[in-house]
Amino acid sequence: MNARELLWCYALGTMFGVVLVQGEIVSWFRIYEMFRFEAFHMYGVIGSALAVAASSLWLIRRAKMRSFEGQPIAVPPKTIGHGVRYIAGGTIFGLGWGVTGACPGPLVAQIGAGASVMIVAAGSALAGTWTYGLLRSRLPH
Amino acid sequence: MDSLRGPWPWYVVGPLVGAMVPLLLLIGNRLFGVSSNLRHLCAITVPSGIEYFSYDWKRDGGWNLALLAGIFTGGLLSALAIGVPVPDISESTRTALASLGITDVAGLVPASLISWEALTTWRGVVLIVGGGFAIGFGAAWAGGCSSGHAISGLADLQPASLIAVIGFFAGGLAATWLILPRLLA
Repeated sequence: MNARELLWCYALGTMFGVVLVQGEIVSWFRIYEMFRFEAFHMYGVIGSALAVAASSLWLIRRAKMRSFEGQPIAVPPKTIGHGVRYIAGGTIFGLGWGVTGACPGPLVAQIGAGASVMIVAAGSALAGTWTYGLLRSRLPH
Repeated sequence: MDSLRGPWPWYVVGPLVGAMVPLLLLIGNRLFGVSSNLRHLCAITVPSGIEYFSYDWKRDGGWNLALLAGIFTGGLLSALAIGVPVPDISESTRTALASLGITDVAGLVPASLISWEALTTWRGVVLIVGGGFAIGFGAAWAGGCSSGHAISGLADLQPASLIAVIGFFAGGLAATWLILPRLLA
């Protein structure tokens, strides 16, 4: 962690926060609409985001690009194990996403944009992560 | 700035979201994923000697916390300088919402369900406190959220992320079709 990286990340986060709000990805109504399959908007967002991310990853690898610091760029693979953590944790996460219309980034953007009650949801999300940390060794992964 | 007011079209929003992945890799060899910040914030405030929270959060998560601070600033800027867009949701969604008693579709969240007043009802507590807890617990167990799995992981063709995204949708569909109608009945 160095000051320049922090500044870049802060700037990038600010852009992302503006996009989240103006693109309505942080709108409860849009998430509800998405899970009812009644509009293309969210699917268009996710699909085109994936297309850009996947093709740029391909290009980064193909051109063997390095980061600004000069390190070779490496994406660590996710260990699949029994896969229980992904399906069970994923489903619990989805339940929260569906009822609050928010996920971790959007929660913070919503608070910034004035939905102050989401501070409670964010505090509760922290409690959820803390509880996972406590129970981790007893949960299947 | 009013001309910048959303809803921005999906073909502008999606590529900007997707660009987060290569930009973060180029800036510092970091993989885009917001939910790790929940872990970092626990590690900073209440590590409580738990192994999962005992690591160098400054080294591993400083960049991500700066990103999170930026997301807050971006939300604030959006609302102050541009204005929160009124979602242009489909007619059928409006009808479905009206049948649940939600007719006010302004703002980011429905005020009748998610507001400080709503927190005084058990329904509001289930939605806001219960929903928030599920986000934090689920994302930590799954090792990622909509950014880390649905964007970064899927773009990297990770099978684990595909399983997680199937879970996200299973949970979201259950929340929308089973839980919300019963909770609001």
